[in-house]
Amino acid sequence: MNEGVTDTEIINRVLGGETAAYAELVTRYQHFVFTLALRFTHHREDAEEVAQDIFIKAYRALSDFRGAAKFSTWLYTIVYTTSITFLRKKRMVTTSIDDDNIFLELESKDSGLKANQVEQKSRTASLAKAIGMLSADDAQIITLFYKAEQSLEEIGLIMGLEPNSVKVRLHRARQRLKEKIEKYMKHEISSIYDD
Amino acid sequence: METPRMEERLWEFIDGSSQKEDRIEIDRLIQTAPEWQLKYEELLQVHQMIHATELETPSMRFTRNIMEEISKHQVSPATRNYLNKKIIYGIGVFLLAMIIGLFIVSLAQVDWSGGTSSSPMPDRLDIEWSRLWNNGYTKIFMMINTILGLVLLDKYLEKKKTQSKHQI
Repeated sequence: MNEGVTDTEIINRVLGGETAAYAELVTRYQHFVFTLALRFTHHREDAEEVAQDIFIKAYRALSDFRGAAKFSTWLYTIVYTTSITFLRKKRMVTTSIDDDNIFLELESKDSGLKANQVEQKSRTASLAKAIGMLSADDAQIITLFYKAEQSLEEIGLIMGLEPNSVKVRLHRARQRLKEKIEKYMKHEISSIYDD
Repeated sequence: METPRMEERLWEFIDGSSQKEDRIEIDRLIQTAPEWQLKYEELLQVHQMIHATELETPSMRFTRNIMEEISKHQVSPATRNYLNKKIIYGIGVFLLAMIIGLFIVSLAQVDWSGGTSSSPMPDRLDIEWSRLWNNGYTKIFMMINTILGLVLLDKYLEKKKTQSKHQI
């Protein structure tokens, strides 16, 4: 990956006819886009399909990127709208997972992920699992804020919310994540508290 | 202080988004109040744990699949290039003029003489619809709209035809 080249430079090359340059953008953002899509779908196959769809949509609409916001913010807006559309089509439940029954349901649905987690059993895997148990919006806000390094204002642009609402939602999302960790993963996470 | 408010202030402190005065105050509380110190450490651990999470990785063929798919597509022209603001404003002005015109014509059809002395409103809205539709101006207006509609349809079909030729 060519780290020195900015997103805008790559976009200009793509718009100038050098289609292959788009692969650099895909490589640069594939992990972010795939993770965000996975927060919505909870299935790797679906997430991959949605993520591919997002990159194709972004490519087709590339000339509409004006550079007023960061490319990542613009891209994550497409992630958000595409994932929401996917959920509507699939009619999946997006509400917060609060009771044990839904927790068990998620566990059984998420067998693909669980296989890896059994192998790893690491702290990060446990936490990723906890994030996966949050509602799509909560997981999205946490991922955008912590991993995608988006500011409250940028998350507001992505999700169509005021920065203050994002702040409140982020606070609640972290609170719910903390509760999930304490409720379901105490023994897995206990080593962290012991450190 | 209530725990939710304490947590909110501590999260702001951890995120670095709290005001300068608040930051100094929270810093002092963490140093002096055990309750604040305990909560701070708890939230800081969660914060660090989230930071430590790793991003998910898609399949090895992910980028290649996208690039293969992209080769079938073209970058669409920028919306700003084909959306002329003057045309949008023109359509807006035209629609507004239409609404106002219809409102005035409708008012002109009302028989105001039927109202009682206490109320200026007529007893019933006696609109002669046949007169409205058989009006010469209405007919001209409808004719212009029909022609405009046909012109637009023609342009749309022509564009579709050109696109399908290019694809072939």
